[in-house]
Amino acid sequence: MTAQEIIGNPELEGLEVNGLTRSSFILRGALAAGAVYGTTLVGPFVSQALAETGGGDAEILNFALTLEYLESAFYNEKGKEVSLSGTAKSYAAMFGAQEAEHVAALTSAIKSLGGTPVAKPQFVFPVSDEKTFLALASALENTGVGAYNGAAPSLSSKEVLATAGSIVQIEGRHAAAIDLLINRSPTPNGGFDLPLTKAEVLAKIGPLVKK
Amino acid sequence: MPNPPNDEVAPQPVGLVERLVRDDLDRKRFLKMAGTAGAASFGAFVLAACGSSKTSSTSSTTAATTAATGTSSASATTTDIGILNYALTLEYLETEFYAKVLAAKLYKGKVGALLADFGREEKTHVEALKGAVEKMGGTPAANPNGKFPIENANQVAELAYTVENLGAAAYLGQAPLIQSPAVLATALSIHTVEARHASTLGTLVKKSLTPDGAFAKPASMETVLAAVKPFLG
Repeated sequence: MTAQEIIGNPELEGLEVNGLTRSSFILRGALAAGAVYGTTLVGPFVSQALAETGGGDAEILNFALTLEYLESAFYNEKGKEVSLSGTAKSYAAMFGAQEAEHVAALTSAIKSLGGTPVAKPQFVFPVSDEKTFLALASALENTGVGAYNGAAPSLSSKEVLATAGSIVQIEGRHAAAIDLLINRSPTPNGGFDLPLTKAEVLAKIGPLVKK
Repeated sequence: MPNPPNDEVAPQPVGLVERLVRDDLDRKRFLKMAGTAGAASFGAFVLAACGSSKTSSTSSTTAATTAATGTSSASATTTDIGILNYALTLEYLETEFYAKVLAAKLYKGKVGALLADFGREEKTHVEALKGAVEKMGGTPAANPNGKFPIENANQVAELAYTVENLGAAAYLGQAPLIQSPAVLATALSIHTVEARHASTLGTLVKKSLTPDGAFAKPASMETVLAAVKPFLG
């Protein structure tokens, strides 16, 4: 696998993580995977995520709910405005229905924890055709994977963790299918889907939320 | 909110693995052995867990976990080492499977390149899990030297789809049992890669990318060990 394939997502390359750009981090991680990957490289990400999170499971789930609202609106609303065909169209329908199920499940989970589900934000999606639609779909699904992977270790309820895990696996499946469709590696992070911190996720999705 | 259902173990002939996985006490002993005893092979774990009451030392160092989390106890470390060794065994099987598929040269071009990527990724999982077990003071499980039927391209793709779906379900089943946040983060980072593999293979064999629908189902260690038994060397 080439360095470019390992790095995968060009728009992520500039992102700085612990003083390293993501590309150099991932490259270094890939080269060093054998000896040190397991708990040492992921460890600092977890501590960072733990430091940034807080507020408990309901707040973490509300963050996830915002992401699912975003994905659901993207497929179910924007996906109907843009002219899609073939596989893209069937993926948008199938994935959109599943993201809507995630919204419902998270809403109910937040309530059962005694929290108040956040309201659905208004979104703006800068896409105009199938090509730009699929590119953003890839970015959203891959961000979703990193977001759940980053937040999950902070969850205190094992039941909530199980639910988050059952959702993130679906995000990973969606991401791979879309990446494959647009001729990108279905495993853009190589063997390890690194967690994203809340701040990293917000930086990526912020421009899509109407102020 | 959907509760991921527990997998039920179907009635099976009484063999070593089945006895192991049906008996919770034996399962705990397996975890303890897997975590600390350094048995020579996966088969030896099973034999030891089923047939021996020999106690093994639990004096493994917790330095690595404590450094990462600050909260792990010795028993939590033992639990995590057992889970990591279980995952390591599965990753050894997947790595061996892809090596055999590639050696058989059943696929060329884009699909062949993807399968080669997946094989390399499974190998990085093996290395990472070995490293994690060692850092926690455990002894990594030995390569079980898996055996797989390699007949033709279609059969191999179907088997790969099955194996990757099982792998994803296996990680999902263990996630809530993992004690250390750092080990959990590592398992999660591997879990979604197994999911990506499964989905990619689903497009190849024209089967569902999300066979469980919107919520992936976990598989217990019992279910998974029974399913991989035919592939153990």
